[in-house]
Amino acid sequence: MDFIVNTLTLTVRFAVTLMIASMGEMFNQKAGIFNLGCEGIMSVGAFLGMLIPFSMVGAGTAPGYINILGLVVATVCGALLGLLFGIIVITFRAPQGIAGIGMQMFGVGLAGTFFRSFIGGTQSITGISAFEIPLLSKIPVIGKIFFTHNPVVYFAYLLVPVAWYVIFKTPWGLKVRAVGTHPRAADSLGINVTRIRYESLAVGGAMAGFAGAFLTLCQAKMFNAEIINGRGFIAVALVYFGQWHPIKIFLGALLFTFAQTLQTQIQIFVPQFQYYEFLTMLPYLLVIVVLAFNRKSNRLGPSALGKAFNREMRV
Amino acid sequence: MNNYKLIYKISVIIVAVLIALLVGAIIILAVGDDVFKTYWIIISMPFKNMRSFSEVLIRMIPLLIVALGISVSSRCGIINIGAEGQMYMGIIASTIVATNCQGLPKFIVVPLCILAGAVAGGLYGFIPGWLKAKLEVSELLSTVMLNYVAAQFFAFCIRVPLLDPNEKSGTPMSRRIAENATLSKLFRGMSLHQGIFLAIILVVVIYILMFKTTWGYKMRAAGASSRAARYGGINVSKYLIISMVISGACAGMAGAVELMGVQSRAVAGMTSGYGFSGVVVALFGALHPFWIVPASFFFGILLFSQVNLQILTSVPPNLVKALQGLIILIIVAVQMVISNPYSIERFRKRFFSKAKTSRKEA
Repeated sequence: MDFIVNTLTLTVRFAVTLMIASMGEMFNQKAGIFNLGCEGIMSVGAFLGMLIPFSMVGAGTAPGYINILGLVVATVCGALLGLLFGIIVITFRAPQGIAGIGMQMFGVGLAGTFFRSFIGGTQSITGISAFEIPLLSKIPVIGKIFFTHNPVVYFAYLLVPVAWYVIFKTPWGLKVRAVGTHPRAADSLGINVTRIRYESLAVGGAMAGFAGAFLTLCQAKMFNAEIINGRGFIAVALVYFGQWHPIKIFLGALLFTFAQTLQTQIQIFVPQFQYYEFLTMLPYLLVIVVLAFNRKSNRLGPSALGKAFNREMRV
Repeated sequence: MNNYKLIYKISVIIVAVLIALLVGAIIILAVGDDVFKTYWIIISMPFKNMRSFSEVLIRMIPLLIVALGISVSSRCGIINIGAEGQMYMGIIASTIVATNCQGLPKFIVVPLCILAGAVAGGLYGFIPGWLKAKLEVSELLSTVMLNYVAAQFFAFCIRVPLLDPNEKSGTPMSRRIAENATLSKLFRGMSLHQGIFLAIILVVVIYILMFKTTWGYKMRAAGASSRAARYGGINVSKYLIISMVISGACAGMAGAVELMGVQSRAVAGMTSGYGFSGVVVALFGALHPFWIVPASFFFGILLFSQVNLQILTSVPPNLVKALQGLIILIIVAVQMVISNPYSIERFRKRFFSKAKTSRKEA
């Protein structure tokens, strides 16, 4: 029982990282940009989430507002990195897959460099501590699973319906989808394709930065150069899995985080199990299997995904 | 006259290099070290003496082999970023062969080990190729995921089945491979090993394969325009898979060479990021085997500088990874600028229209 409740509680909390990152990636892809650099942006975000509280109060307990400041700085820098990626793939129209790999290496390398020189070795921080909602958290089982998290978690969950609303119900969301589906048609209707794509990259980058900072502040409570460990790539895969729909992506994030939490919990609760490497593999294998059996959904994606738009080119 | 095109290309590249150096300088300044000193260490240390030069060369060997493989798949339109995982698989296979072939003569064991690495890497490259060709799974995602799977599998292998029984400290590592499975050193007291011959042979083989055979032609056609290739009767998915198998086999061989020439045993982290750097090298070498040679030498210098930076400066070695990412970003952007006919035309009008007329008058 303990095992199940623990796993579910942690799933609810940790799902935020993947959820927010892949929600951001969804904004990118809806606008036709395949941003594989998500991993790198998350890495920088994760580092900044650690750096701000650490540089201000050291290893001690940081007051809440400093942690929030860390989140904000990570979000802003994420947006800036998203724009940098935009310069490469929108303005220069570079192939997006390979540019994404560059972005990933740049981000991970940058975070690692600054981490080594500003912080040094692995340091743990207190991060944002859990907050038990009075009354509600006293409900047996459900109370622990749903109502013992910190405010950031609830804020992040709130972003799911917001993302859905923005992408499907606002004029900007419509423009984003138009730009990702048929940029030429959007262009002839007077939509500034370049601008919308840049905006969506900023939004996506901001969310990736936020997700990274969440990972250090609320989940791992420490940083090392490999902390993201493929989560950025899983986030990209989740967008395919969730068929570019916020609610499905949300469910996918829950499923994958459950798989990931389950394997760590098995390692904790069943220490005599010797072959833990195979457990660690599971989430990654799950991604491949899911992508392989999801081939129909490739056609549901934005039709201009990964294609640069050149206004001057004749078709 | 193609003259202005060449000058255009060169000047774009120079601007790109300057941008890369500038961003690198900003990072080094932010870290709080002397920019020129750091760059000087990166450039000058490899040429200090023969020993450090051979250190560069042994880093160049796996880079070159991996990059050759990646160039094959990239020419076929599939980006293999799974070289890291394929290397791990190659190392595992070649460790198994090397530790089980005691007593056999060297000229049998060494090729056998390399072959084992190639087969394992090739099979591991087959998976994403097949997934891409048959199930339309993006190779970018599948290869990355397979990297993590392979890394875990490798960790398992050196911890349980291949663990060195004589190792008391508990560090997961395989047994030391026997002398008959190692690539011998070329010179006394230097780390350079025979693997460099394999690398040179592979350069020629890959060149012939890609540019002088029908296979290579078909692969390049499939990469240039898969629809046109299909219309021309080329079985695109077949060549996608073949290119990924070749790519994986190269990565696996690189792993085997690294095992037999440098480490002598399978230990954690022995791919040292060659798989990812290989992508950068392949791009930097314009996906052409002959250009990949100097490119891999350059990145050998960069990877070797990680060691020196750690000793001589306060710049963390992670800087090199950031620089590599930066170089990718700049290369892909530069390629688009170079191949853009509008900007070439603008460049010609700006700088060459006068020169042309004056030549006519003369």
